[in-house]
Amino acid sequence: MEPIRNMQKYVVFKLDNEEYGIDILRVKEIKEMMNITRVPKAAHFVRGVINLRGEVIPIVDLRKKFNLPAGEDTENTRIVIVTIEDITVGLVIDSSSEVLEISRELIEEAPSSVGTIDQGNISGIGKVNNRLIILLDVAKILSNTAL
Amino acid sequence: MDMNQYLEIFIEESQEHLQSLNQSLLGLETNPKDSKILNEIFRVAHTLKGMSGTMGFNSMTSLTHQMENVLDEIRNGKIDVTSSIVDVLFECLDYLDNTVNNLANTGKEGNRSAEDIIEKLNNILQNKTAYVTPSPVVGQNKEEAAKNDGFSLNQYDESLVKKAIQQGLNAYKIKISLDKGCMLKSARAFIVFQTIERNGEIFKSMPKVEDIEDEKFDTNFTLGIVSKESQALFKKELESISEVTEASIEEIIVSEQELNKDTSIDTDNADQDLQQVDPIEAVEKEGNEETQNRKAKMGKTVRVDIDRLDNLMNLVSELIIIKNGLEGIGTDARSQDMNEAVEYLERITTNLHDAVMKVRMVPIERVFNRFPRMVRDLSKELGKDITLTMSGEETELDRTVIDEIGDPLIHLIRNSLDHGIEEKEQRLKNNKSVTGRLFLRAYQDGNSVVIEVEDDGKGIDLEKVKKKAVDKGLLKHVEALELDEKSAVELLFKPGFSTAEKVSDISGRGVGLDVVKTKIESLNGVVEVETTIGKGSKFIIRLPLTLAIIQALLVAVGNEKYAIPLNVIRDITTIKADSIRNIHGQEVVLNRDSVLPIVRLNKVLEVENCSCENEDELTIVVVKKGDKHAGFIVDRLIGQQEIVIKTLGKFLSGIRFIAGATILGDGQVALIVDTNALI
Repeated sequence: MEPIRNMQKYVVFKLDNEEYGIDILRVKEIKEMMNITRVPKAAHFVRGVINLRGEVIPIVDLRKKFNLPAGEDTENTRIVIVTIEDITVGLVIDSSSEVLEISRELIEEAPSSVGTIDQGNISGIGKVNNRLIILLDVAKILSNTAL
Repeated sequence: MDMNQYLEIFIEESQEHLQSLNQSLLGLETNPKDSKILNEIFRVAHTLKGMSGTMGFNSMTSLTHQMENVLDEIRNGKIDVTSSIVDVLFECLDYLDNTVNNLANTGKEGNRSAEDIIEKLNNILQNKTAYVTPSPVVGQNKEEAAKNDGFSLNQYDESLVKKAIQQGLNAYKIKISLDKGCMLKSARAFIVFQTIERNGEIFKSMPKVEDIEDEKFDTNFTLGIVSKESQALFKKELESISEVTEASIEEIIVSEQELNKDTSIDTDNADQDLQQVDPIEAVEKEGNEETQNRKAKMGKTVRVDIDRLDNLMNLVSELIIIKNGLEGIGTDARSQDMNEAVEYLERITTNLHDAVMKVRMVPIERVFNRFPRMVRDLSKELGKDITLTMSGEETELDRTVIDEIGDPLIHLIRNSLDHGIEEKEQRLKNNKSVTGRLFLRAYQDGNSVVIEVEDDGKGIDLEKVKKKAVDKGLLKHVEALELDEKSAVELLFKPGFSTAEKVSDISGRGVGLDVVKTKIESLNGVVEVETTIGKGSKFIIRLPLTLAIIQALLVAVGNEKYAIPLNVIRDITTIKADSIRNIHGQEVVLNRDSVLPIVRLNKVLEVENCSCENEDELTIVVVKKGDKHAGFIVDRLIGQQEIVIKTLGKFLSGIRFIAGATILGDGQVALIVDTNALI
């Protein structure tokens, strides 16, 4: 039983050539890009809102949130719907690749800063076969950005 | 055995009864001789006594019992209704109300003892009664309590025992001890209860039945029963239950002397007691008939959890979205039949929506009926003479609005009583009648409900308001000089503003009208004030009939679609682009002989590629807020539609100019313009 408890599953996706991971328990679903209604006067990283089966869900552009260079939406662009407590938000990412199981021992604490991303948004760095995966703390990202 | 399922019904019904008690007591105060009102009060006290007795809520039972005694004396003309008696009765009401609230919140009766109020009731009785018995009931109970290890009979129980003995039944106190190793104590207790109930009736249990059910007792519990069977039979039957180690049975004896002593508290003496019995019973019968009549009327109503209605409402909302989607499907592709079917569907969904809305509607009476009491208490406290006149109590509002509107109204009424209406001397000096008048009105006006709180007091001194605002730093001195009347009134609703010169218990703590305004606005309503110095002021609250589904006008601005609630639109018109004038940086046009400010939606909503920038003729939607108007420039009108309001959620809360979102028939999200923020 011991090894299983030490593993955690992450949804891994790409954003500006880096790989990121979100705890799979936070992820509700992954949607293809759809029409987003812009919300005026919202923070710059809020793309707008979508209709997810009758619910109006805000969409955060992670590139803008992390101050990465703006990119065009492609056919690989996805929206990851995450739920934290009673807030549901969609995150726009470049492409999603896989679900990875990462052992706790392979997760290092976040260095003081990773590029342009605030350290507070990162729960750790996962090392899997020479890949570095930045593990995001979704709850913090949302609480930092709540208006 | 399971009382919990009845608790909810008990609470709901008690609250209804207390409400009617409240009204009757207010009536009694003005018409102390009205026997109809007295009978109604008596009936309510009696019903409450019965109900709480059944549920085992002893302090409620004993209090209502004593209330009955006092009321009976009043009814027989032995005691005159004085305002102090009414006060005591109000105290009873408050106590009962508290207890019921406690029950609703915690399931327990609460710690506050009813004894001091019972004492007061006793005093009323004793003042009148010739043969005063020095030992009050309370003391008696205490003595017994000490004697009987926690098992004490209250007056209600005692009278029950007395009646039973008179009918030739026996009353026993049974102490059951269970085996220490007993695993399912409550199940054992249940068997004990059943065994006893085969042969008799349990009227009291110590600890309470609920506690026994929850196993909140050690290994023994005590029951009071009445039965025609003998002690031996019970002992045999009970001790044959496994895990019951001992069943000790004592007869409860109420001596003849005690009988008399006891009743002499109720009435003058035993003789009169006998005479007294008849009218009580007669009234009981009368009361029963009345309740039966009531039940017959109530038979056609159903209590429904509000969550279920919300759920139903959500489903109707979904249905309307889908209907809009069907309507949107290309008209050319549709056959005649299809068109007819869609039209039929539309009619039905509209009716369905109306029907569901109606189910959720509650008359505003529910909120209003607590105010007469409040006004009475406050005016006594303030030493002012005030009459409250209410109208339109039958006006209906959505249940969710009703639940929220109470506090703001209380606030406004307190304000009027405290700051609005002057002291008696002042009123005389100003050639006004000593009695101040407060009006509370509700009526429906188109798609909204209006509630007015009006007083004939001193009105609001706007100069003072301005000065205060300057003192508090809410406003610069120069600005204050230029301020017109409307904007000065608006100052009242600023946070941290309160005009009361002396801080009183009732209002003037600085948390004031801004709270009212925020609350009303959260309900999509508006508050306005009309005031004349020396004549009084009027607070006007406008609330939407429904919160969830509204009629809206869809407009296009650039490539985006926005919804404007139909009830705020005055009209739609076109203007020439070159007729727009610029006054102090504000664009205006002349419309209907008045100056109409212009709001370019594409600018405030930051929409790109708007065609309205370079066209000669512009479409404007004229929107009203109170008696202010503004013209919104839009690119194109799309049409009127029933829309379902969805919030933008916590994450996007606080976005200016946007009141919410809605989902269109094609699945796209359109935002609802918050016109109040834009005017």
